Amino acid sequence: MIMIFGKPLLLLYGQLTLGLINGAFYALLSLGLAVIFGLLNIINFAHGALFMLGAYVAWALLEYLDIGYWPALVLAPLIVGVFGVVLEKTLIQRLYKLDHLYGLLLTFGCALIIEGLARNEFGSSGMPYAIPEALRGPLDLGFMMLPAYRAWVVVAAAGMCLLTWLVIEKTRLGSTLRAATENAKLVQAFGVNVPRLITLTYGAGAALAAFAGVLAAPIYSVNPGMGSNFIISVFAVVVIGGMGSILGSIITGFGLGILEGLTKVYYPEASATVIFVVMVIVLLARPAGLFGKA
Amino acid sequence: MLDVCDLHAWYGESHILHGVNFAVPEGEVVTLLGRNGAGKTTTMKSIMGLVGRRAGSIRYNGRETIALRPDLIARVGIGFCPEERGIFASLNVTENLMLPKVVAPGGLDLATIYALFPNLKERAGSQGTKLSGGEQQMLAIARILRTGARLLLLDEPTEGLAPVIVQQIGRTIREIKARGFTVLLVEQNFRFAQTVADRHYVMEHGHVVDMIPNADLAANMGKLHDYLGV
Ligand SMILES: Nc1ncnc2c1ncn2[C@@H]1O[C@H](COP(=O)(O)OP(=O)(O)O)[C@@H](O)[C@H]1O
Ligand SMILES: [Mg+2]
Repeated sequence: MIMIFGKPLLLLYGQLTLGLINGAFYALLSLGLAVIFGLLNIINFAHGALFMLGAYVAWALLEYLDIGYWPALVLAPLIVGVFGVVLEKTLIQRLYKLDHLYGLLLTFGCALIIEGLARNEFGSSGMPYAIPEALRGPLDLGFMMLPAYRAWVVVAAAGMCLLTWLVIEKTRLGSTLRAATENAKLVQAFGVNVPRLITLTYGAGAALAAFAGVLAAPIYSVNPGMGSNFIISVFAVVVIGGMGSILGSIITGFGLGILEGLTKVYYPEASATVIFVVMVIVLLARPAGLFGKA
Repeated sequence: MLDVCDLHAWYGESHILHGVNFAVPEGEVVTLLGRNGAGKTTTMKSIMGLVGRRAGSIRYNGRETIALRPDLIARVGIGFCPEERGIFASLNVTENLMLPKVVAPGGLDLATIYALFPNLKERAGSQGTKLSGGEQQMLAIARILRTGARLLLLDEPTEGLAPVIVQQIGRTIREIKARGFTVLLVEQNFRFAQTVADRHYVMEHGHVVDMIPNADLAANMGKLHDYLGV
């Protein structure tokens, strides 16, 4: 058996893959948080609930309407995006003039309500969601066997991150968004309907979370706690990457997922805390985060 | 073109403008002169809807704008170049230039803008805030020429710039006037204002206290020195 630093190579590969998958979810979720934080100045504690909602919508589409995985991958983010728009227009919008803390409390409350409703309606045990036909079975990479669905999750998440980054960095809409993040009032004085831009940005962030939720549905059972399991780590990722930094959240998300995987191999006791240890070190050394502007 | 009547403005609890009155006729360059803190910038921001609260009347070509949101005020045809220039650090020069929404046909095209401001073309890919102060000011003016806005608000475009740049900005203002734009210009430097303007309004403590046609400026120098404390 091949060993690397005293550990079997296959174990290393296995944990690296798991780490990469967790990293994919970290990246997608912290990306949405970063975009929302940049423009709205709100730490969106409802992000985990929106992720969970994405998985539930995919499940419900299949259960009640017989709409499968591939259409759900588009439909669920759209539905949750519209939900996000409604949430922003009816509740969050009222808080922009107040301290950030109120936005955090409000979205935290929303998260609890959404999760509570899901628990009431569907129970806490969770429901299975089948892997789509085309992605069942393993993929032979030569040096290891990789479940095809897991490979797809990594590719799809990386693709979505890249797409989001391109939209923000390379398009007209993206430059307007970046400018509004710097100075929303002036951008509005240049004829841009900034309130609408803010609403749509929140909707897009919600849709990104839901997209991650649909990807997650076949891996984890669809359950009310699936969002909150992730979200604490995701907040740490956002802090490490630098609040509001787009590229920072993508790189940090994948990087920390892999680091977590490695820790599981070499020092399993620390695997649940390694992200937070990194967070503390980064906060001490670079309070604005690795990619943040001080 | 612009009629400001009994304009009041507040920042929170502080009442800054106390019934400002003036008019900007179409095709003219009109200045607001006054000491630091007289309320010139606040007047500009009030026209754009960027102060906390305002009251009175601001009509653009007869249309009341006092209750409109800033983006809708921009869309009636007003371009704003703020005192702090407002160049965005996360945008390159081209992105800064293209940021303001086109609100009407008849704005300058990019070729004309680059002909007026050759430096901007050379530095198209640079980060906006990496430009020199003078170049940033050029960029801040250039980007509102594109939009089709016919009234331009320029808040102290010469502030802190070297004399050759100030001359260049003077040429630019005369050039845009020749192209039919109307300009409301805030200035502390009336020697500069004199070279570009048709009339001057003098502000003190949140009021407009005098109007001097540019032709009469020489005859009113004593009065002006008193107003401006120079
Ligand atoms: N954001 C603000 N909040 C409170 N007061 C302000 C603010 N901006 C300006 N002021 C006050 O309003 C008055 C007018 O300022 P301003 O319009 O900037 O003057 P000017 O442009 O003529 O130098 C000053 O007394 C200034 O202290
Ligand atoms: Mg001023």
